[in-house]
Amino acid sequence: MIAPSASLLYGLCGAALIGLGLYGFVVHRRLIRRVLAFNVIGSGIFLLFGASSYRDPAAGADPVPQAMIITGIVVALSATALALALIVAYARLAQSGALPEDAAPGADDEDRP
Amino acid sequence: MIASLFDLTLCLLILAAAGAAVFGRAAFMAVVFFIVYGILIAIAWLRLGAIDVALAEAAIGAGLTGVLLLAALARITRRIDAPEPSTGPDRTTLATALASLVIASAIAFAFLTLPEPQGLQERVAENLADAGAENPVTAVLLNFRGWDTLLESIVLLAALLGIWTLARDEAWGGRAGPRHVTRPGGVLAQFGRVLPPIGLLVGIYLVWAGSKQPGGAFQGGTVLAAVWIVTIMAGLMQAPRVADRALRAALVIGPVIFLALAVAGVVAGAFLVFPPVHAGWLILAVEAVLTLSIAVTLAMLVFGPPEEEEKP
Repeated sequence: MIAPSASLLYGLCGAALIGLGLYGFVVHRRLIRRVLAFNVIGSGIFLLFGASSYRDPAAGADPVPQAMIITGIVVALSATALALALIVAYARLAQSGALPEDAAPGADDEDRP
Repeated sequence: MIASLFDLTLCLLILAAAGAAVFGRAAFMAVVFFIVYGILIAIAWLRLGAIDVALAEAAIGAGLTGVLLLAALARITRRIDAPEPSTGPDRTTLATALASLVIASAIAFAFLTLPEPQGLQERVAENLADAGAENPVTAVLLNFRGWDTLLESIVLLAALLGIWTLARDEAWGGRAGPRHVTRPGGVLAQFGRVLPPIGLLVGIYLVWAGSKQPGGAFQGGTVLAAVWIVTIMAGLMQAPRVADRALRAALVIGPVIFLALAVAGVVAGAFLVFPPVHAGWLILAVEAVLTLSIAVTLAMLVFGPPEEEEKP
């Protein structure tokens, strides 16, 4: 058990962010909103990871998780860039920012100009 | 460190910004709140003593991801004019909210019952003298866990290749991304002249300082990429052609030299081992070429695939 501290607070904040991002990832129909929500999940996980490795200020932050989180941030950016490029290419071809299976009944007119 | 009122306020602000980014009706507003959220997260990293992560989060997580989202949004809305499909509360959203709440609570519970972390601070500190970098994070990134960084630089390249495959055949080989035209004397045109000199200085300093203080190839490379992106968005320069040989050489030189040194390490003992005597300058050299490759790759990720037809 980690003593009540700032890292505890940030860890719980990370857990809440994961939940928040997960909700947005499932609920949104527009793909770009899903990518955004996915990034919220990602940074929530990083915050949780960083907070769980943080003991006390005297010892300083553990450099190994820090390096892994920096790697994670860069990989998340790569995945986001590729996902967004795919969405733009899809929007060009399908004239829609959402997948057909996600279009709610009757919402079809909304998705297509 | 005992949680203070500042930490509590910051956490609430982070959750509020994330909430606005997830629940906001307009996509543009959501992206703007996501950028605010990234900056707030960077402050949280400062509170957790992770200055290197704070720099990376501010530059990459908030800055570059925000630019990517904004650019993608502009490209999508230019092609389709679809209003946000309504996401009113129906049974599925309620079920999703409940499921997300359960998962977040389970993660929080798991976090609270974690054993006290042992940490690797001591191990890193013991071996820091042989690592060739005084900043422990740089030592871990480029020496102790250099494998991660090597693969990460290749992941960046793989993402760029994936994006380039999305170019239409007739546009291939042309200049990356759309053509940027700005109003002469406008804010962006002015900004594009003021920012680059400062950005260049900050970017190179971050790489140079990275061996002793917080900073490093990824943070510095991102700032340099941002300088290039601003210059091109301001219309002062044109994006390079994707078929340009110099561009392609700049993209691969970092991973290639890193890989070559890793293989050369076999002579000294094992794959990816830097001999302690030479580690200092070897790491600086790897950081310098990695910075170049990272900056160019990140900027090309933002520009996207070539869009206009190649003129002979």
